[in-house]
Amino acid sequence: MSDKTMTAEHVAARLRTGMTLGIGGWGSRRKPMALVRALLRSDITDLTVVSYGGPDVGLLAAAGRIRTLVAPFATLDSVPLEPHFTAARQRGAFDLVELDEAMFMWGLTAAAQRLPFLPVRAGLGSDVMKVNPHLRTVTSPYEDAEELVAVPALRLDAALVHLNRADPQGNAQYLGPDPYFDDLFCQAAAASYVSCERIVDTADLLKEAGPQTLLVKRAFVNGVVQTPNGSHFTSCVPDHDRDEAFQQAYARAARDPEAWRRFTERFLSGDEEAYQAAVKAFHEERQS
Amino acid sequence: MSSGATTTGVTRAEYCVVACAEAWRHAGEVLASPMGTVPAVGARLAKLTFAPGLLLTDGEALLIGDVPALGARAQVVEGWLPYRQHLALVATGRRHVMMGASQIDRHGNQNISCIGDWARPARQLLGVRGAPVNTLNNPTSYWVPKHSPRVFVEQVDMVCGVGYDRAAEAGPSATRFHHVPEVVSNLGVFDFATPDHSMRLRSRHPGVTVEQILEATGFALTVPDEVPCTREPTAEELRLIREVIDPKDTRDREVPA
Repeated sequence: MSDKTMTAEHVAARLRTGMTLGIGGWGSRRKPMALVRALLRSDITDLTVVSYGGPDVGLLAAAGRIRTLVAPFATLDSVPLEPHFTAARQRGAFDLVELDEAMFMWGLTAAAQRLPFLPVRAGLGSDVMKVNPHLRTVTSPYEDAEELVAVPALRLDAALVHLNRADPQGNAQYLGPDPYFDDLFCQAAAASYVSCERIVDTADLLKEAGPQTLLVKRAFVNGVVQTPNGSHFTSCVPDHDRDEAFQQAYARAARDPEAWRRFTERFLSGDEEAYQAAVKAFHEERQS
Repeated sequence: MSSGATTTGVTRAEYCVVACAEAWRHAGEVLASPMGTVPAVGARLAKLTFAPGLLLTDGEALLIGDVPALGARAQVVEGWLPYRQHLALVATGRRHVMMGASQIDRHGNQNISCIGDWARPARQLLGVRGAPVNTLNNPTSYWVPKHSPRVFVEQVDMVCGVGYDRAAEAGPSATRFHHVPEVVSNLGVFDFATPDHSMRLRSRHPGVTVEQILEATGFALTVPDEVPCTREPTAEELRLIREVIDPKDTRDREVPA
């Protein structure tokens, strides 16, 4: 079987300007941040980003890489509003396709199951129908004749997700309490890239947890990247919690252009190794 | 349950907790989804007293079998409810959520997405989140910790949570499971028990006048001739709130006394 291990740079090299990109995780939880950082180091832009949004959306928005955002929210969880997202929206930096959390899930599910749409009740009566004028309704062909929203499939050119473990073939495992929608993102995408805390032999996958934690199947994965702490500063439990101190620093910097320039210089001007070293230095400074 | 003992020194936050708890009194065996500190204390109080059948989460993916203090770890887990199951559970109706509202109007339309024109908002907020799916599928109440004319508005800038008029306009699929039981604020309790389902003042918290509520409300509120006070907590309820559920008094940060 093919060994799909690669670097974050290889993943970025497989992506193209103008792509529709799904990003796994939820809010400020288990986001594939190392892959997003690699994307930021490339010149890929004009993206349609599909995400239960967190700092992935914030960073890409701040760098002007998003043409269209498809999302039901963007948040840092412990910091309710994502400052780059709010600022970008307020200056009209990208088009927003705002969907309800459930509509979003069924849109991904439709794409994964190669359906054009799935019917949902969510959305009726809300302004989601108004601000997304391309949304259509569908009438049940059965006796109830209920009129429901037809959520269009959210087909992705590529998906980026971060999990706790993976084998070199792309079988990937989550060890925390919530799978989020990462397998669905992979199934809805033409190509998927999994970063993980640690690559292990297939035979070792069940050493830490049961088979139901094997979330992503290799048939849906094109590349596997070992990026320890690669979801930093978002959480990746049980390997690590969210880095709240760093997230605070990020949010503070994001609210001021000059502070953001310094933040970018310090943390985002080098490669992933430089990023992780700068984070370590940030915490050592705080200790002293 | 009521001991009948008079209670003294009850804070505004504690009246709010009791008012929120009451939202779940007859909910039965459903998931209570409180958003915000005061509703979280309220849901736990309801579970410990008059609504023992409620299901509670740890705020993440677990259904908890005990009722720990806010911020403390549950010792008993009775179920698994990751986000995708949570979203699916909403469609079953076995849930009563109490959401926040950046804006709410007299028909119960709620906004948490943005302030101003959606295309280029003056203030971008969270996004619609689960408000559309919640309001069409399971009972959805609201909690507003700072009642003001900026929140209680004539017309919300973006309808996220669907109110009675908009659900009716959208037709039978939208009204089939639509139910907005109540709105609790730091000033009083409100419902939609009027012929046209417009918002009505049900009770005022002790120490708050009807005039204060009208001044803080940006639309014409239906006010009955007699406005009762929000009920007093029992001595046992106060003990549970103060000693068991919220010993660190986090409720006072959301609603100062």
